[in-house]
Amino acid sequence: MSTPDRVVIVGAGPAGLAAAEGLRRGGFVGRVTLIGDEPHLPYDRPPLSKQFLAGEWDLGQLRLRQPEAYAASDVDLRTGVTATALDTGNREVVLTDGSRVSYDEVVIATGVRARALPGTEHLPGVHVLRTLDDAIGLRAAMQGGPQLVVVGGGFIGAEAAYVARELGCEVTMVTDRLVPLADAVGDDVGATLTQLHQEHGVRIEAGVLVEGVVTDGSRATGVCLADGRTLPAEAVIVGIGARPNVEWLSGSGVPVGDGVECDERLYAGNGVWAAGDVASWTDPDSGERLRIEHRTNAAEQGLAVARNILAGPDAAAPFRTVPYVWSDQYDLKIQIHGRTRGADRVHIVEGSLEQRQFTALYGREGRVTAALGVNMMRPLRALRPFVAERADWDTALAALTARAA
Amino acid sequence: MNITIHEEKCCGAGQCVLVAPAVFDQRDEDGVVVLLDTTPADDQLDTVRNAAAVCPAAAIEVEA
Repeated sequence: MSTPDRVVIVGAGPAGLAAAEGLRRGGFVGRVTLIGDEPHLPYDRPPLSKQFLAGEWDLGQLRLRQPEAYAASDVDLRTGVTATALDTGNREVVLTDGSRVSYDEVVIATGVRARALPGTEHLPGVHVLRTLDDAIGLRAAMQGGPQLVVVGGGFIGAEAAYVARELGCEVTMVTDRLVPLADAVGDDVGATLTQLHQEHGVRIEAGVLVEGVVTDGSRATGVCLADGRTLPAEAVIVGIGARPNVEWLSGSGVPVGDGVECDERLYAGNGVWAAGDVASWTDPDSGERLRIEHRTNAAEQGLAVARNILAGPDAAAPFRTVPYVWSDQYDLKIQIHGRTRGADRVHIVEGSLEQRQFTALYGREGRVTAALGVNMMRPLRALRPFVAERADWDTALAALTARAA
Repeated sequence: MNITIHEEKCCGAGQCVLVAPAVFDQRDEDGVVVLLDTTPADDQLDTVRNAAAVCPAAAIEVEA
């Protein structure tokens, strides 16, 4: 195929930005349009539940690039503009105002949105934490140390709980899982982190279903549980996962399931590529369909799509990755390379859970699938090759024993 | 090439070291990025830019 002249990227987060910059760095001289539905310049999300929520950082520190950088790299950045449809026949992106932007290749990087508790989408006092505006609203709601209920036992909820405690809020975390965070880190590490939160004064309600939010008619006043209890709350934080933003693609012919369904190359056919949280692709190593909501993955996929667009679908390379994610909670930094979910074995390599300083390997069906570290940044990196190679479990453990000796 | 490190943003992922081990390293105690080579040769530019791009904390800035 011939080199494209116009690339339109829908979604101005890290994946979209990486795609735009990757194209330029790869020597692309055609038009690059980057469309973002938020009114803000592209910003970084991980600090929203960390430094920004805690009030330590301001808006400027969240920016991914200085305002002048877009013109300097000749990227036509359009913020506050929503794409409402994709016309794959005419190769045009349709915008809110009805105008159309034509493309030769389009990159879908529309990300995900936070899942809400049904019926609470616009209820004052109920917060999700996904966008900058969400974080600004939640930061304001946390002032004065109100009584908070966090619904959900994942990283976002745990980080919000941590920040809320630091700000002097009374915090209860509710999760339907028996051990908070166990989905992400397994039962043992989850129990260690749960204990950490309890020591810092977070009340944990585990293994309980949330029925809904109670209101005084105008705003949330508490959370109602399936066991009949009501937890009073001046603010409710809902951290129960996210959904891919794919509805705008309906009728476009782009294959959509849990995200935009791409092949190994992040290509969805017909000039359509996807990158970041919204992209579901076939992992070339495991053959599994994956969709990853991590910051690093977004940038890696954006760069990969840029390379593949420049190479053309026939020469495009499969996307391979070792996912990376981290979380800050109190004085612990938790880092994960790989995928811990579904692990059937965990081995502590160095340190111990009791010391809250350790590295661990996670495995499944005889293969290493992930390495997790708590406050051991450099030693953890040494374990990453086992994850990248999907090393045989016993061989990896033997190698580590030999290394320690 | 001019590289700026924002230590306060660094989350100690070590992704930069994986991409450009000749230019970046991590401190032992907290994993924070260390710039090994403040003036890398121009043929390192693409590698260094990739390292900056995959930094999950946007802690590395590169100017050509």
